[in-house]
Amino acid sequence: MVTGVLFDIKRYALHDGPGIRTTVFFKGCPLRCAWCHNPEGQSPFSELMVKPSRCLADCYLCLERCPEAAVSKSGDILRVDRQKCRTCGACAEACPAEALVLIGRRVSASQAAAEIFKDEVFYRQSGGGVTFSGGEPVMQTSFLEELLEECHRREVHTTVDTSGHVPWPSLASVQSKVHLFLYDLKLMDEDRHRDLTGVTNLIILENLKRLVQGGSRVVVRLPLIKGLNDDRDNIEATAEFLRGLGGVERVDLLSYHALGRAKYERLDRPQPAGEYAAPSRRELEQIKNRIQAFGLEVHTGG
Amino acid sequence: MNDRIRELRRQSLEARPVISAERALLITEFYRGLAGPTDSAPVKRALALKHLLARKSLYLGPGELIVGERGPEPKATPTYPELTCHSLQDLDILDSRPKTPFFVSPETRAIYRDTIIPFWKGHSLRDKIFAEMSAPWTKAYQAGVFTEFMEQRAPGHTVLDDKIYGRGFEDFRRDIARNLELLDPLRDPEALRKREQWRAMDIAAEALVLYAERYAGLARDLAAAEKDPRRKEELGRIAEVCSRVPRHAPRNLWEALQYYWFVHLGVITELNTWDSFNPGRLDHHLDPFYQRGLAEGSLDRDKAQELLQAFWIKFNNQPAPPKVGVTAEESATYTDFCLINLGGLAEDGADGVNEMSYLLLDVVEEMRLLQPSSMVQVSRKNPDRFLKRALRIVRTGYGQPSIFNAEAILQEMLGQGKSLKDARSGGASGCVEAGIFGKENYNLTGYFNLPKVLEITLHDGLDPRSGKRIGLATGGPESFASFDQLFEAFRRQVRHFVDVKVAGNNIIERLYAEHMPAPFLSLLIDDCLERGRDYHDGGARYNTSYIQGVGLGTLSDCLASLKYHVFEKKTLSLGEMVKVLQADFQGQEPLRQLLLNKTPKYGNDDDYADDLMKRAFEAYYEAVEGRPNTKGGAYHINLLPTTVHIYFGRVTGATAEGRKAGEPLSEGISPVQGADRQGPTAVMKSAAKMDHLRTGGTLLNQKFTPQLLADESGLDNLVHLVRTYFQMDGHHVQFNVVSAETLRQAQKDPQKYRDLIVRVAGYSDYFVDLGETLQNEIIRRTEHDSF
Repeated sequence: MVTGVLFDIKRYALHDGPGIRTTVFFKGCPLRCAWCHNPEGQSPFSELMVKPSRCLADCYLCLERCPEAAVSKSGDILRVDRQKCRTCGACAEACPAEALVLIGRRVSASQAAAEIFKDEVFYRQSGGGVTFSGGEPVMQTSFLEELLEECHRREVHTTVDTSGHVPWPSLASVQSKVHLFLYDLKLMDEDRHRDLTGVTNLIILENLKRLVQGGSRVVVRLPLIKGLNDDRDNIEATAEFLRGLGGVERVDLLSYHALGRAKYERLDRPQPAGEYAAPSRRELEQIKNRIQAFGLEVHTGG
Repeated sequence: MNDRIRELRRQSLEARPVISAERALLITEFYRGLAGPTDSAPVKRALALKHLLARKSLYLGPGELIVGERGPEPKATPTYPELTCHSLQDLDILDSRPKTPFFVSPETRAIYRDTIIPFWKGHSLRDKIFAEMSAPWTKAYQAGVFTEFMEQRAPGHTVLDDKIYGRGFEDFRRDIARNLELLDPLRDPEALRKREQWRAMDIAAEALVLYAERYAGLARDLAAAEKDPRRKEELGRIAEVCSRVPRHAPRNLWEALQYYWFVHLGVITELNTWDSFNPGRLDHHLDPFYQRGLAEGSLDRDKAQELLQAFWIKFNNQPAPPKVGVTAEESATYTDFCLINLGGLAEDGADGVNEMSYLLLDVVEEMRLLQPSSMVQVSRKNPDRFLKRALRIVRTGYGQPSIFNAEAILQEMLGQGKSLKDARSGGASGCVEAGIFGKENYNLTGYFNLPKVLEITLHDGLDPRSGKRIGLATGGPESFASFDQLFEAFRRQVRHFVDVKVAGNNIIERLYAEHMPAPFLSLLIDDCLERGRDYHDGGARYNTSYIQGVGLGTLSDCLASLKYHVFEKKTLSLGEMVKVLQADFQGQEPLRQLLLNKTPKYGNDDDYADDLMKRAFEAYYEAVEGRPNTKGGAYHINLLPTTVHIYFGRVTGATAEGRKAGEPLSEGISPVQGADRQGPTAVMKSAAKMDHLRTGGTLLNQKFTPQLLADESGLDNLVHLVRTYFQMDGHHVQFNVVSAETLRQAQKDPQKYRDLIVRVAGYSDYFVDLGETLQNEIIRRTEHDSF
């Protein structure tokens, strides 16, 4: 039985493709974008998230259960020693208040399907479906294939939200079962791309070209972070490249938001070094116009 | 809205609710000296109405187009001492309570002290009712197991159909005269009763015509004295309208609206009926007048809108009659529950949306008044445009209109044995109650506190608050070896309390039939006139009694908690659980959090909890469904709370799903506040697992923030959400678009607002899960967003 690691399944997702959707978040991502708002999606393994504000006074169930003595409370402050923690999840299971939560669970394709198709009736009415996101869903290729296959059997619309930084054969193996790709493009300059995401963009650009040429429906998503990739050069280089591909359906502009900030703390990870901000509404409008000038359809928001 | 309407609306909003002693004085005067000692009860009531309508003060304010008030002026609210005689203490409470107060002047107080109370004390119907109730009834009532709708307000709960738009009261009187003529005392053993009823109905009909004539006279007098030529002409029109209707059928929109309004006043002057009265499917009734006016050129859209807006204001001028005691708790509001129905199916089953539907939605949006309430019946045949138009109003955070499933209502009615033709003229009234308009007496008889019954079951039939035995002895907590045994005991207790409640209802319904017939209301509801039988005495074609179950979400979660933690995981024994609940979780916060967070909960599309909800639903349904009432009809259930979930919560101790003693219960069929964490689709899936079609109405509330509905696609998806819920036979849903104030509450008390979804940035999330900074940003945004 094929299994995979997910970190969330969100129902009534309205911004990841058409209609009412369920978005399935795959754990594990090849990129390390400096501004990432889903840092819990990066590692392919389970992780312990700590929300000290939810911790109860006079409750020590986690301390009692932890086999590694990795959890401590000094005063009322809950701490996890990440060196000792082996992410077995015993503390999270014991915690009555959800101050400790294990992120990422390994599930079988049929377990995942049971959740995913709960809202099938809403997909039918709204022209919605399932979106596989992450993390990078294509990294867990056979698990994704299995779920896409099930969607096909049920005639449910499928969307894959990908970073594109995956081996082409993986992408090729799912291509025919995906109705719509949401394809993230961060930066055109390879060096800057490497600086800010940890990987080259060569594979990403090449894969995008192959998908479009292979006839897939692709919406390109540009996450925009002020001062990092919203400059005229990057925007025009991106638009130029997309125009060259010929078949990109639409470009969506996604403004940076600070939602992920608190998550770093909860994972005991260092905050991203930079202070990030979204382009202003006016700047966004300008970017939109620039891209439209290349004959591309542009939407703001997902 | 034009200046006239703006001014009338301002006056309505600013008028202060006051108690008027006028009706109390007139009715006392009548009963003291004018009621004939040999008059039958219906004739006496009809003469009382005639006395009231002949003498009550008239009010015709500057700029008014539609005339008539229940009291001497807007928001002057009469009392009904023959039903409930307010004590001086009641008056003091009404005058001083912080919520929904009514000003009581020293003069009113003196009138009550010197005249009203001495005459009615001990003789009101309320006194008779309480004197007739059994000890088990009284104990259960005082413990808060159920409430009693009829103890101080008359059963009404009915809605008008189209019968007044094609016929005048003169036509009704002609029918009555014909019936009297054909009455055959030789062959009809009920001849006397019928004769008295018809005589009474005739007197009542005449009374309203004379009342309208008084207004015609007043308008003529005012016109004669008026300097402004435009207003002079208007007053002349008002005089003409009032001398035309209700005597004759209306010829135009103005007459149709004024006709209904006189009828409305007739009903709510005769008795203080629950849900006041209701024109029902107003777009269907008015569209022909509108179309004719447009075609003839006698009306344009602006004029029609002005008339409708003037009509709207009349509703807002009539606060619900002052309630006291438990009744004030279960319905703590000024609203008198007139629910205008729009859309749905036409009589031939076709799409019923017309131009008037849209015009009335414009009126709803622009007026933004507490009363009347409005709803849309959404049929699969109605265009999305109609639903979307309604949702655009919803998204402004006004809470109206509420959204109903026309096909579900139809099937509910058919399931209750009504004809297809009648069923198509049905709809919802009050909050969510389904019924046939113009042909049915469907009474809400009281709320039923389901979690309280479980509490009593866990205490072997005792009420832990008083220590008194009020239920059956079904065994102490340690006696239940399995969850099924516990559930069986609960089922028996439910049946027991429904027995007690129905026994009480059977007496109360007869007290109304014998002492408080309603000949005026009987004119309006088929087949009272044809049968010569009063509305309270089974005269209507259909007669339904409802008992409204409350706290289904809380109950389901309690059952899930007990099954999961006590009988399966054996986290603690049932005896230990009961002790923890008795101590209100004192020193047991980790356990309480475990119950709150690590237990299957209704509202998450989780079969574990939802199956228990279904089981609880079936137990309640079986306890109530099909019992005969005193009017030849039957009992059914519906599931709605008004504000009683607050009161019921206050009288219920801590509950096994983690709720502390005294906190509110869940409302309607909504999940426990904050227990649903999977979003609106999961809530709807859970809620749709019960069989809505076997109820007479369910109420589902969903919270949204404005951002989630800000753009067109948000609105489109809301349309899909509603359509899908209705595909699954959901009866009703209302969207509560939350304010910044609510978000602040959520920040303070996250546990209660776990289900609150906000749109962040191309992205939605649970509000309470966001960091404080981001929460604050969204609060600021919500404050500034104005649609």
